Amino acid sequence: MQKSSCPVRNRYATAVWNYADERLGLSELLAFAGKKQVPQHKHSFWYYWGGISLFFFLVQCLTGVLLLVYYRPGAEAYESVRQITYDIEFGWLVRSAHSWSANLMVFAVFVHMFSVFLMKAYRKPREFGWWSGLGLLGLAMVFGFSGYLLPMDELAYFATKVGLEIPMSTPVIGPFLGDLIRGGPEVGEHTVQRFFALHVVILPALFVPLLMFHLWLVQRHGNAIPPGEEAVPAAERESIPFFPNFMMKDVAMWLIALNVLALLASVYPWQLGPPANPIAPAPLGIHPEWYFMSQFQLLKVLGNWFPGITGEILGIGLFTIGGIVWAVIPLYDNDSRNGRRGRIATYIGFGAIAGLIALTAWGYWVL
Amino acid sequence: MPDSVFDDGLTPAEENDDGLVSRRSFIKVVGGCVGAAYAGAIGYPVYRYLATPVTRAAAATAVTEVELDATELEPGSVLMFRFGTSPGILIHHKDGSWVAFSAVCTHLGCTVQYELDNDRIFCACHGGVYDPHTGDAVSGPPPKGLTVFRVEVGDAKVIVSRS
Ligand code: HEM
Ligand code: FES
Repeated sequence: MQKSSCPVRNRYATAVWNYADERLGLSELLAFAGKKQVPQHKHSFWYYWGGISLFFFLVQCLTGVLLLVYYRPGAEAYESVRQITYDIEFGWLVRSAHSWSANLMVFAVFVHMFSVFLMKAYRKPREFGWWSGLGLLGLAMVFGFSGYLLPMDELAYFATKVGLEIPMSTPVIGPFLGDLIRGGPEVGEHTVQRFFALHVVILPALFVPLLMFHLWLVQRHGNAIPPGEEAVPAAERESIPFFPNFMMKDVAMWLIALNVLALLASVYPWQLGPPANPIAPAPLGIHPEWYFMSQFQLLKVLGNWFPGITGEILGIGLFTIGGIVWAVIPLYDNDSRNGRRGRIATYIGFGAIAGLIALTAWGYWVL
Repeated sequence: MPDSVFDDGLTPAEENDDGLVSRRSFIKVVGGCVGAAYAGAIGYPVYRYLATPVTRAAAATAVTEVELDATELEPGSVLMFRFGTSPGILIHHKDGSWVAFSAVCTHLGCTVQYELDNDRIFCACHGGVYDPHTGDAVSGPPPKGLTVFRVEVGDAKVIVSRS
């Protein structure tokens, strides 16, 4: 009998594998995955974070579809989330897992982004990986922002109201844009309904193809090695095959991620506040999700220093410029020999991390 | 290749000469158990989550008696009502008698109707006909009669219960 390429040594599995292999060419894929090497060095740990982000996204899709079974947008939004949280068995857990995993996903994406930045993985030929990644981060944040409104509790209501001030301060078209996003002059039923469409149809439809593109690029170019490692002679560099060695490690990371998520979601169940009330005053200490905190704090501070529209324009301008610089870094630092530009990019990276952490901490400090 | 169903699928390399289980097969078994534990820990809450309305409906099916505001129901008229989760039919006949049946057709489960003009209970789905006084199957596909409920007409309420 000819030797089978089936990775599992079991006669039934082998029979199924052989059937599929003859028709789909699985052994070529497997040989390919086994030839693909993942570099091993002292910064290899950071290679896991893209995979961890992917894991949490998959959890979002699964738990999101489960929430869809009972969630009703529009006027009944709050009541349906109340039912999910208090009436449906394990509904609190599904909801808690979705909310926690959303936060963990954004966190993992940030770690992933800063680590590829500092490893200079945006340099040629990986520029499109950098740009598609930025797109994924942007979409993830819009996912979070739109999802946050869906329960229509007090916090959701005010966070959305305040958050929409940002697009509304766009010159000229701002106020019009705000009305269009809200579906009226105030956050209400129409807003939940359209945020729902955004959250479960439009965003996934944009996110999934962009993610495929991102993963295809990673596959095409392989993992970048950091400049320090590049200085090591090629013959002395270490690497392991992607399949099965790196994949097993990836799976181990996913298991850790799953355990962390299960722990957080069950020990700290996601809360549901009182229903949104458009005539009630904002509760004290109102603030957005942590990943919008730095922007929130910058606007608050500049608003105090430069009262009126000046502060707002200044704050939004600063973040816009920061974002543009962040996006064009691959064009600026494009030389694999670590020159002056490389050093400046590194400073910018650490500066961005320090700045975001400082602003966020400050925001929570003065809450 | 293993050639018997009872073969554990282990190659000689996985079993030591003295027949003790090797490290590799031990890991296989432990890995399988851990995997099953995770699948259960995720699958069970998901099942309970999806099944909540089913469980609730099962509780509602346990209903044995309903009270209807039907004392004013004219002779020769009918009231459709909900008995637990399924429909029921209450008829106040012209001769003054009261009857109630489950309105679920015994053929394929459509909801039946009372036809005053023909004085019969009719199922529109495949033309089943029942006797409006006894609920017995008269013609058409229904294999047996409708479930009969007991009716008590009180001063304020009509009480329908399982007989
Ligand atoms: C494509 C898959 C997704 C589906 C089908 C989905 C579906 C839903 C639904 C129905 C809700 C409302 C229930 C509730 O508020 O608890 C919700 C809430 C939410 N979603 Fe998603 N979602 C998906 C992906 C994401 C992603 C990728 C993120 C973030 C990166 C995210 C973040 C959130 C947040 C923060 C909430 C609010 C949770 C709460 O306060 O209860 N979702 N989602
Ligand atoms: S379901 Fe009533 S006759 Fe077929």
